[in-house]
Amino acid sequence: MSVELPMPLSKAPGPSDSPPGHACGSCAVFNVANLERLGVNTASSDFVIALAGNPNTGKSTVFNALTGLRQHVGNWPGTTVVRAEGAFRHQGAAYKVVDLPGTYSLLSSSSDEHAACDFLLFGDPDVTVVVVDATRLERNLNLVLQILQITNRVVIALNLMDEAQRHGISIDTRHLSRELGVPVVPTSARKGRGIPELLEAIAQVAQGRTALKARTTARLAPVVERSVSTLAGQLSAEFPGLANSRWVALRLLEGDPSTERAVRDGSLGDVDRQHSARQRALEAAERTAS
Amino acid sequence: MNLDELPRDGRAVVTRLDSTGADRRRLMDLGVLPGIVVRAARISPLGDPTAYLVRGSMIALRRSQARGIHVEPCAEEA
Repeated sequence: MSVELPMPLSKAPGPSDSPPGHACGSCAVFNVANLERLGVNTASSDFVIALAGNPNTGKSTVFNALTGLRQHVGNWPGTTVVRAEGAFRHQGAAYKVVDLPGTYSLLSSSSDEHAACDFLLFGDPDVTVVVVDATRLERNLNLVLQILQITNRVVIALNLMDEAQRHGISIDTRHLSRELGVPVVPTSARKGRGIPELLEAIAQVAQGRTALKARTTARLAPVVERSVSTLAGQLSAEFPGLANSRWVALRLLEGDPSTERAVRDGSLGDVDRQHSARQRALEAAERTAS
Repeated sequence: MNLDELPRDGRAVVTRLDSTGADRRRLMDLGVLPGIVVRAARISPLGDPTAYLVRGSMIALRRSQARGIHVEPCAEEA
């Protein structure tokens, strides 16, 4: 078996690169400064797409299918330990794709899993594609529900459908989509199946053309609920515009050290300033439009 | 009974997790939660580690980890 060296992907050349000055880096549809702090070059893309999912579900295969790149792929967990980036164009819009390391949970402590979580929370991608193993759907839904707590701009790529069919598993994707409140696209990325449909679903969510009604997880016990809303209220007062105050409140109650640090040293505040900057820019854009 | 006492191919329902903190979190992330059926799928020669089938995937646990998982043996299909 030949082993391919991972390609340096931070500057993927190709037709997907836009000419300088073309892209709307200034239109603030996403929080540019935070993405740049996280090391993502946003200069030439309209939308940022994150690829997340459990280990060994084919995220990098989906990434390659979307971008036409050849990021190192292996049939074992933990192949992607650093973030890879690529880009593609779809119907005239430029998309930047960020392939995140696989993770079972947003609450784990290992460094690669943490990187994935930080990106989803603070990078605030326009669309998060959760790549799900159709043969182990139940286990994969844990991460899906956690991501839905953070953002509802989600598309589920129900990958490894070919393998699921071979095992006699059939999945009611429409029902699943209704239950989760976000688009579910069956794919077999290895064979390129479902990729055009996935692109379309991503474009629709990115441009706000899909009505998203993300499922909220089961209600909390009243005591916990009270603490969460009190804490979330204080967080919102301290960091106006913080998108995930309830999620941050839950982490604080769990005693998660990295969340505690972010609140203490004010790096949460950086995120929130970005959000308000984005809000102001959007309002300004609306004023000029009207 | 604890999970480490489950014989090969034996099935059991998880009733309680003793571990705390990151270990507990990890087990839960992998799908080991109260009410879930596990099966001792493969046992290494010395019985440590043992591979368990949980929600369609195989996870390997050390005996010390399995000991902290309380189970109720059952016959139903996983």
